Amino acid sequence: MSVMLALLVAWLFAVGTYLILQRALTRIVIGLGLLSHGAILLLITMGGRAGRPPLVGKGDDGAGIAAPLPQAFALTAIVIGFGMTSFLLALAYRSWVGTSDDEVQDDVEDRVVASRTADPEGHFRPPDPSDGEPWDEWDGGKR
Amino acid sequence: MNLVVLPVILPLLASGVTLLAARSLWVQRALALGTNLAALGAAIALLATVESDGIQAHTIGAWPAGVGITLVADLAAAMFLVVSLVVIVVVQVFAIGQGVDDGRPRIGQPVYLVLSAGVSLSFLAGDLFNLFVAFEVMLIASYVLLTLGAGRAQIRSGMTYVVINVLASTLLLATVGLIYGATGTVNLADLVTRYAELPESTRTALGLLLISVFAIKAALFPFFFWLPDSYPTAPVAVTAVFAGLLTKVGIYTLIRSTTILDLDGARWVLVMAATLTMVVGVVGAIVQRDIKRILSFHIISQVGYMVMGLAVGTVAGLTGAVLYVVHHIPVKTALFLVGGLVEDATGTGQLHRLGGLVRRAPVFAVLFTIPALSLAGMPPFSGFLAKLAVISAGLRAEEYLMVAAALVGSLLTIFSMSKIWAGVFWGTADDPTPAMAAADAEDRRLPVDRVTTAATAVLVAATLVVPVFGGAVYDLAERAAGQLLDSADYIEAVRNS
Repeated sequence: MSVMLALLVAWLFAVGTYLILQRALTRIVIGLGLLSHGAILLLITMGGRAGRPPLVGKGDDGAGIAAPLPQAFALTAIVIGFGMTSFLLALAYRSWVGTSDDEVQDDVEDRVVASRTADPEGHFRPPDPSDGEPWDEWDGGKR
Repeated sequence: MNLVVLPVILPLLASGVTLLAARSLWVQRALALGTNLAALGAAIALLATVESDGIQAHTIGAWPAGVGITLVADLAAAMFLVVSLVVIVVVQVFAIGQGVDDGRPRIGQPVYLVLSAGVSLSFLAGDLFNLFVAFEVMLIASYVLLTLGAGRAQIRSGMTYVVINVLASTLLLATVGLIYGATGTVNLADLVTRYAELPESTRTALGLLLISVFAIKAALFPFFFWLPDSYPTAPVAVTAVFAGLLTKVGIYTLIRSTTILDLDGARWVLVMAATLTMVVGVVGAIVQRDIKRILSFHIISQVGYMVMGLAVGTVAGLTGAVLYVVHHIPVKTALFLVGGLVEDATGTGQLHRLGGLVRRAPVFAVLFTIPALSLAGMPPFSGFLAKLAVISAGLRAEEYLMVAAALVGSLLTIFSMSKIWAGVFWGTADDPTPAMAAADAEDRRLPVDRVTTAATAVLVAATLVVPVFGGAVYDLAERAAGQLLDSADYIEAVRNS
């Protein structure tokens, strides 16, 4: 049982890691979702063996009940993970509205370095905001 | 009602109320500002109580400690709490002056209150899982603030920021799970004894995992790349509060976890990270040509100094680290606010489009000089005290390479601050903005907004409190460091809560 869960956690982490190394934000979102599933499963697994429901006042000394703390943690983490995923999807949608793509772009530094290698004399060019961020006046899709 | 819960509960409740009051911007602003001021009052009272009566702890809902949510305030936490709330209030006034909270829907102030609660909860969290939740509260608020307005540049850099932080949070969750599996608790007070019983290799592995997570949050080398990419695109009030607070929360948790868990096996990692962070951050700053980007790279370099104090590991080192955080939060925020003032008045933050502001807006020059010299560590400002404490602790611990890196970093900090000075305040602009060209043509001063300038001036004045009461602040930091290293009082307070 526990070995299966451990293997499942490992598999979720592996697939999640592969997906967050992609360029498209939707894939990254799915990857992060899988990673957080993996982490939550890990939490549950760390609670030890399965047992009876952890209810107080059932007339016994509490022997043989499942550890309640990891379950509480897992519930909290699931709620947080759900909120995160929705926010990321909203971001991906915004990006798609703005650029008709949800690709995560290079940062400004990377583009400066790329533009320097493109310069035949290899001189340093200061980052020009007009080609770095051509979309500052974008109105957020309101108009 | 225990004082410890107030800085967390007040902003959270007020956040809901301000959402309901979204119809009137001024009601929202008054409520939000009033709440943060009340939280600041509670934090100051808490600091006074901790200073006189020792560590304060409270377990919510009368659960036994170890099961319930525990909030603990020791001297370091209370000091950071007070400084953070001062910065939060000042930046809030600045943001109101700029009118950045006047967007639709009106969520600026409610989200800002959530950020305030998240930061306070991170400082006060008494168990690792609660710390994870505190981080999430703070980060969710920061995601919304960073992408507020949803400009395309903000969305692009927001993606990097959100993805890296969600990843770090997932790692933290997995680490908390592993620590629970190994010790059967996540309560920091219980962890002290139970963690020490683990085999050496398990301790080091779990410790390194925790350090990696907090290093991502604190933007330590080699996990710093997300910071200068995302911070500069947000509205300046947002960047200022992020720059002052968020990475420092990471540093605080790093200090807290390494002292509680006694991670001596991982100390060399901190030494390496501190050395490289100090140098790489400042070298990155030198090649930048925009005020906000230069300052963003400086955050990274400064974080290295705090970790240096922690890496030394002695009482003197931790005193330096605590002093450095207390010095850095207001100074860094003040510098970003001045950058915002310059951008508001001239329309740009790019050095080659600015010049001669020492004549056109002398107030800005004064407000910039004091925190800039403080950042570089010039006496008599607060940075001098903090750097002196960190470097002398490093010398006594014979960490000469790290001390050399700190000194080189300071020198290069002065260099890049004088680069901003020469670019913005002296000389003439190569390519002046319309606002500057108009002021030059009529030979008059630039228009200065009263509210934002006054807010910045208050913060700059607040940075001068540390050097004026240098001895008292140093003593307080030394006692805080003593409490951090000796967990007996901490455990005692949590047990009795």
